[in-house]
Amino acid sequence: MIAHAIVFYIFSLIAIVSAIMVTVSKNTVNSVFFLILDFISISCLFIMIGAEFLGMIMLIVYVGAVAVLFLFVVMMLNVAQQKNEWFNSSGRSSHIPVGLLVSIIIFFELIIVIGGWKYKPDLLDSIAIEINTDLTNTQSLGSVIYTDYIHLFQLSGMVLLVAMIGAIVLTFRQRSGVKRQSYFKQISRDRKDGIELVDVENNKGVKIDV
Amino acid sequence: MVELFIFFEQIYRILFLLIPVLVSVAMVVWLDRRVWAFVQKRRGPNVVGPFGLFQTLADALKYIFKEIIIPASSNKVIFILAPIVTMTLALIAWAVIPFSETFVLADINVGILYLFAVSSLGVYGIIMGGWASNSKYPFLGAIRSAAQMVSYEVSIGVIIINVLLCVGSLNLSDIVLAQKDLWFVIPLFPMFIIFFISALAETNRPPFDLPEAEAELVAGYQTEYSGMMYAMFWLGEYANILLMCAMGSILFLGGWLSPIDLFPFNVIPAPIWLILKILFLFILFALIKAIVPRYRYDQLMKLGWKIFLPFSLIYVVLTASFLMYFDLLPGN
Repeated sequence: MIAHAIVFYIFSLIAIVSAIMVTVSKNTVNSVFFLILDFISISCLFIMIGAEFLGMIMLIVYVGAVAVLFLFVVMMLNVAQQKNEWFNSSGRSSHIPVGLLVSIIIFFELIIVIGGWKYKPDLLDSIAIEINTDLTNTQSLGSVIYTDYIHLFQLSGMVLLVAMIGAIVLTFRQRSGVKRQSYFKQISRDRKDGIELVDVENNKGVKIDV
Repeated sequence: MVELFIFFEQIYRILFLLIPVLVSVAMVVWLDRRVWAFVQKRRGPNVVGPFGLFQTLADALKYIFKEIIIPASSNKVIFILAPIVTMTLALIAWAVIPFSETFVLADINVGILYLFAVSSLGVYGIIMGGWASNSKYPFLGAIRSAAQMVSYEVSIGVIIINVLLCVGSLNLSDIVLAQKDLWFVIPLFPMFIIFFISALAETNRPPFDLPEAEAELVAGYQTEYSGMMYAMFWLGEYANILLMCAMGSILFLGGWLSPIDLFPFNVIPAPIWLILKILFLFILFALIKAIVPRYRYDQLMKLGWKIFLPFSLIYVVLTASFLMYFDLLPGN
């Protein structure tokens, strides 16, 4: 049990320190790396409390996909130029009050949630579905999501689909004059469309690539 | 005292797994070069030791004694961390590979998810190396590999869902035992092909070795690395390839099971079968390297997103409907 506690404190310490470093570090790429460290230690904490499925999904989705996209974007920013803009711009930044407001609201919400847990110890008894401890994590999650709450699950899937289509529509642009390879065109062309014999007049030339 | 004993026993077991893996990585590099050479009618490395078996050890010695050059304008911490991350991730995944019914280091409930998670983390070694080098070719290589590995992970994930539908468990030993009567390569043959090709892309092997395409990017993300750090990238890469082969043989080729449960076959111990299957897949990897030209980048993306992903999704629907219709779903 002591070893369990020690490991727990090590992981939570890493999680908290790296979460602080995400906001503190000057280099954006470094803060993304700290974010990844944070995700990894949180998934380790999940595994420690026995939620191994959640921990692994956290690793796969957040670390394996989302954070890669973050890095992808952040690495391509021109960091030095941006920094100069921030430091040289006159007048105070306008994001600070908004950020402060949002973080205070989140802080109070967290207090309410955790306080509720603290002052209502029988919270686990008031949940809608009984937890079957014989099944593994994966099986019970599967039966809850795909059997008991399938309609809500489908609905949230629909919302995500709409969001995805919206994002694609917003960023989609059709450029003209881009040459693309079409396999079908390539293999279905024959000698007739491929070769054309032209009698070239002197000093006139021919126009190719119409 | 008892805890200490358990601790040392675990360390002994880990070493008993890791040292053979590292040695076999060295041997497999030799095998790769040999197969490559035989396809091209060359001899390949055949001087150091019998059949040139010690060639990789000689190469490793050479790398150890070479100077490690760290570029002046690089981000030094991340630059040094990158090969370590690659190597570590390639090795920790072996913890869940079952070599027989009893011989497995960690028989966890979500073994296949663990493998998938570790292989999806593999991209970080490359991105970190490419970005920290602070030079153009490594950076381009890193960007390419990030896009490539994320794209092909998606189709590998869907393929894994196909297998899991037939098994009903995420545990790797259960996956192998579910193939006792019929290896999944037979009902799920198209998925096996797609898994194999996606594994090539996931491990940056030819024909998908765009992150290190020497004709365009010098050596991609490895350009600025030298000495032991380069060797670590290289070892990690081959350990990853072996891991993908192991994953393929567990998911589709029946893991440690013998092909038929008859006299001369079922005497051979289980780990040998798994190793033979891994070697078979690895030789296929090496052959592909020798006979297929490199893909263009847009072709690679098209293959991943427009062909593999829809096809494997349709196959999930087909598999699920089939199992449902004939009442073959596991677990009920």
